[in-house]
Amino acid sequence: MDRFRMIFQYFQSNSESVMNGICGLLALASVKMYTCFDFSCPCLPQYNMAYGLGIMFIPPIILFLCGLILNRQSLVMLDEWRRPQGHRKKDLAVIRYMCSSIMQRAMVAPVVWIIVTLLDGKCLICAFSGSIDPEKFVGFANVSPVQVEQLLAKVPCKDDKLMRNTSHKAVSRYLRCWSQALGWSILLILIVAAFLARWLRPCFNQTALLQARHWSNYIDMEQKIFEETCCEHSRLFAHKCILHFFESMQQEITLHRFNLPREGEADEGEEDLLRGITDQDQVNKLLKTWYYEKPPLDVSQATQR
Amino acid sequence: MDKFRMIFQFFQSNQESFMNGICGIMALASTQMYSAFDFNCPCLPHYNMVYGLGILLVPPFILFLLGFVLNNNISMLAEEWRRPQGQRGKDSAVLRYMFCSMAQRAMIAPAVWVSVTLLDGKCITCAFCTSVPVETLGNISHSLLSQGEIQRVLARIPCKEIYNGQELIANEVAVRYLRCISQALGWCFVLLMTTLAFLVRSLRPCFSQAAFLKSRYWSHYIDIERKLFDETCAEHARSFAKVCIQQFFEGMSTDLVAARCHLPRKAPEDVGEASKKLLGITDRGTMNMALKSWHRCKPPLHLHSPALPSGNGWAGEGQPSVHPSVPRRETAAYYSLV
Repeated sequence: MDRFRMIFQYFQSNSESVMNGICGLLALASVKMYTCFDFSCPCLPQYNMAYGLGIMFIPPIILFLCGLILNRQSLVMLDEWRRPQGHRKKDLAVIRYMCSSIMQRAMVAPVVWIIVTLLDGKCLICAFSGSIDPEKFVGFANVSPVQVEQLLAKVPCKDDKLMRNTSHKAVSRYLRCWSQALGWSILLILIVAAFLARWLRPCFNQTALLQARHWSNYIDMEQKIFEETCCEHSRLFAHKCILHFFESMQQEITLHRFNLPREGEADEGEEDLLRGITDQDQVNKLLKTWYYEKPPLDVSQATQR
Repeated sequence: MDKFRMIFQFFQSNQESFMNGICGIMALASTQMYSAFDFNCPCLPHYNMVYGLGILLVPPFILFLLGFVLNNNISMLAEEWRRPQGQRGKDSAVLRYMFCSMAQRAMIAPAVWVSVTLLDGKCITCAFCTSVPVETLGNISHSLLSQGEIQRVLARIPCKEIYNGQELIANEVAVRYLRCISQALGWCFVLLMTTLAFLVRSLRPCFSQAAFLKSRYWSHYIDIERKLFDETCAEHARSFAKVCIQQFFEGMSTDLVAARCHLPRKAPEDVGEASKKLLGITDRGTMNMALKSWHRCKPPLHLHSPALPSGNGWAGEGQPSVHPSVPRRETAAYYSLV
């Protein structure tokens, strides 16, 4: 039991650390994905905007969904939200707390992607090169509107034909400047918001927050311990089952020898752990009752029993 | 048993992590395979499509099958599916759960291959270069080439060094166009897969959570039971073998007594363990004869009663019963109370 206690304590103190770790790994993966990804703007008038904005917004959605999928607590929260009430009342504050902590962690990787994209600038240059006002730049004066559109669309690609016309560098610089300004501004706003939220939170309703955090940890631990106990139970169940099988096989043979005293000792310890649940229907009933009617959070009755 | 218990618990609680680990390794292997693979578009009109789509679709299929092969639980699933009902009813929900969880893990490496291929763009560029819209992107009106010639020229788009259609359509323009389409397809594919995974994972607790808990418990149970049964059989086989060999050597001793006219020094009761273990064979010639006899004429798998004395030195191992029905395991029905 000592070993179990150590493991459970580890899980308890580190459940949040594990999730923070996953969140950090996803953020790093998002940066790595961006650097590995071979961005190639199509440089065609109708496709640029779709491609640029697509690269900026679709991977964040994917990263957000991945953040939700990889977070074990989202399943626990959904379970708690959808379970029938039974003997245990549902506390919406706990569910809200869990939901907000899951969402916050899942939002980190998408935000990292968007900021890296903006700071790099390629996406915005690709998406908005066709939308700038050509009169601000030299080299577009004597050109027809259709050609202007095509030339502007080719700016992100640094085609050889355009190298003579130096306006494309000006356009690139202009768009990249806007893109980086936007990126830094978003980063600043988010960090200030996070700082304020963390600093001002103790001023509002600290006790409710402590309670919600405690019970959300409790629900998580309870789920883990239930799974561990089920594993232990199924192992003992299997052991008993196999021993019964061998015993009944022996009854067919005239000569057998079974070292009964030893098994007797082991039996007592294991009977205890099997808790009287020794057949399939009982196990099914146990699992169904666990789901439909969770026990009340009142252990004093158990100790009095 | 304590040591076994700890090991089983480790495997049980970590069986899912173990399978997830294999799944992750296969996904990494799939990216590595793609980057190591030397993609070589044939640049011929009809071969391009076959090659490109082949590289896009055949390795994922192989990876999917490999995902099943590397999964230890496939034999467990097959065994549970094909066993006779006997005294234990079969639960199809458990079989479905096992199959679904294996299939989900096996799908990850192929999905990674398809995404990496599409995001890289070489396959789609190779497969669809003859379908580039030359009217909008190039100068088809200025060209005097026949349709077949145009196809041949377009087919060389992926191979920059032999491309000769710069007047028809610029190579960079065509490649950028095709790569843009390929990357859009790639991101859409990844988005679709992620959304499906998210829906499957989040909608399950809303429906049939109790049935899910049941199926998960019994699928773990079947796995543990199989492992424990193998362990018990191995222990049993060891004890069986010890007794069998003991009887063989005793038989050899009595033969030697009959063949030679001198009694081998049978260890009396109070001699130490070592000479007791020699079982009357004390020289090379006798040993050689024993080994030859073991090879030519193995004893039957049938232990007679004098073989199990209560003061047997092997009983210290806590041997379970030795009975010959273990080799006939496949015809024995479960007599368990489950």
